[in-house]
Amino acid sequence: MPSNDTVPGAQGEAARAALANVEARPGAPKPDPIVIADHVRRSFGGLTAVNVEHVEIQRGAITALIGPNGAGKTTFFNLITGFDDADEGKWSFNGRQVAGMAPYRLARIGMVRTFQLTKALSRMTVMDNMRLGAKGQTGERFFAAIFPFLWNGQEKSIAERAMGLLERFNLHEKVDDFAGSLSGGQRKLLEMARALMANPELIMLDEPMAGVNPALKQSLLGHIKTMREEGTTVLFVEHDMDMVHDISDWVIVMAQGSVIAEGPPDAVMKDQAVIDAYLGAHHDAQLTETGEALTESADGDPR
Amino acid sequence: MDWSFVLTQTLTQAIGIQAIIYCLAAIGLNVQFGYTGLLNFGQVAFVAAGSYAVGVIVLTFDLSLWLAILVGIVVATIIALLLGIPTLRLRADYLAIVTIAFSELVRLTVRSIAFRDVFGGAQGLNGKLGQDFHDTNPLPADFQSLPILSWTRQDLWVVIVGWILVAFFTFLVWMLVRSPWGRIVRGIREDENAVVSLGKNVFAYKLQALILGGIIGAFGGIVWAVAKQSVQPDTFRPEFTFFAYTILLLGGAARVMGPVVGAILFWIVLAGTGEFLGQAIQAGWIDFLQPTDVGNIRFVLMGSGLIALMVFRPQGIFGDRRELALDAK
Repeated sequence: MPSNDTVPGAQGEAARAALANVEARPGAPKPDPIVIADHVRRSFGGLTAVNVEHVEIQRGAITALIGPNGAGKTTFFNLITGFDDADEGKWSFNGRQVAGMAPYRLARIGMVRTFQLTKALSRMTVMDNMRLGAKGQTGERFFAAIFPFLWNGQEKSIAERAMGLLERFNLHEKVDDFAGSLSGGQRKLLEMARALMANPELIMLDEPMAGVNPALKQSLLGHIKTMREEGTTVLFVEHDMDMVHDISDWVIVMAQGSVIAEGPPDAVMKDQAVIDAYLGAHHDAQLTETGEALTESADGDPR
Repeated sequence: MDWSFVLTQTLTQAIGIQAIIYCLAAIGLNVQFGYTGLLNFGQVAFVAAGSYAVGVIVLTFDLSLWLAILVGIVVATIIALLLGIPTLRLRADYLAIVTIAFSELVRLTVRSIAFRDVFGGAQGLNGKLGQDFHDTNPLPADFQSLPILSWTRQDLWVVIVGWILVAFFTFLVWMLVRSPWGRIVRGIREDENAVVSLGKNVFAYKLQALILGGIIGAFGGIVWAVAKQSVQPDTFRPEFTFFAYTILLLGGAARVMGPVVGAILFWIVLAGTGEFLGQAIQAGWIDFLQPTDVGNIRFVLMGSGLIALMVFRPQGIFGDRRELALDAK
């Protein structure tokens, strides 16, 4: 099991050091960004779900994307990973312009995501789920598929790597079970392990902790830190502020489609704009006077 | 009542030419629907493409049957591209709607008066369509009949080659689905976005599955044209596709042997009940039915059987019930 203590490893120290001098304001430039997004906008009918002016994601760090329900976090995720089409805007990954690129190609060049509603492939075994993640498989080509001798060797080494990851994620005893027979938390683990099979440079986790029991949460946190220690950049969407505080090196806060604050976790938690976004601007006013104020700050879910 | 007649007739049809044609169509559907999850409701269009390729090339253009087979494969590929490119990026239902409409479009086009010179109109194309194939018949010229199975010399040769084709495509599908290629298409069936997120070009794989399934279906049509030496537009009605689905579900979708066992079973039930009822009416056992009702009654029985199957064994003969229970994503 990876360690669950809050002390970051070498990579974590480095990430925090690199971000130490970055200004804590929305759109702050980072020393070594892996993703740079500009003017990304997406609206559904009259509702502007995402309207991000400028945001950069630091390489090698764990960045949390937080915000109240309906803030546009998942939509922003979908846009960046190509699963949804932005109305306008451009963004780069590793210095390469990737706006409009097909999602599978983005995954191939190293930007791999998971989903809020876990997508374990139920009627396939855990091992098949894992193998699916590996990139550049010869046997995935139609004509090569018919000749097993072309891909048997590769298949074996993929299985070995999968087994190693499954052991790390404590799923190795389930290797031949259908993914559909796993518990919700185990599916989250499987999805994460499967994404790692693709050797991502940037792994984007959409609410990795949703519906996971507290004990498993701790181990998930450990896994996310391990990813950083192995050099993978992590961007994750989360609701739970305690979790965010625990593992992230940098926090980006979205509300009503825009980035409203950025900074190290401690600073962001104290930011007045963030508190207002989560609790409403008048949350500390007298209850008798807040009827209007509360409805005013409640925003709908864009999806 | 002639029991031996009922038995031999049933057996002859169970592994006969019709069974082979439906079996090939169902193998194609198994690739598309069973493994990849593509709802192709127009498999009959691919079968028609195979049949008409033979008819048009051999009869209308007076060229060789072997060229016709090649044309059949090419036309099936073109149809798959035509149907797949606009719809496979969309949700599954779009392909279903487009394919069922397209299959009727094909039938109405080939039977239209406008193209009568090429496709033969409502009469279809009749003549020595399979001569090139029948010339290769190695069976002795004085061949009469097999002991139980009542095929002519010509039909027996078609049946032999037909089952070889079935075996070949079954083996091909088996090789494919246990390869990494098969893993991807099964993944697409489960959840295509998950597969996309792992860097696989889902659209290309769906297209490949649609083409492969279509080509296998076209071979069903080729066998049909060669065996019957005739191509009739109205045999390519949407029912054909639904019978092929019945066969697939009977045997068990996403099972390599599903279509083979399903096709044999389908024809045992269909031919068996037909022959039995016919004999029973003749023998006076059943007096509330006319011989002309038999054709319909056997489909009633088939339908009831299918309902019973869905209730008691929804996974089909070969399916794994555990998998079915996991349907929730």
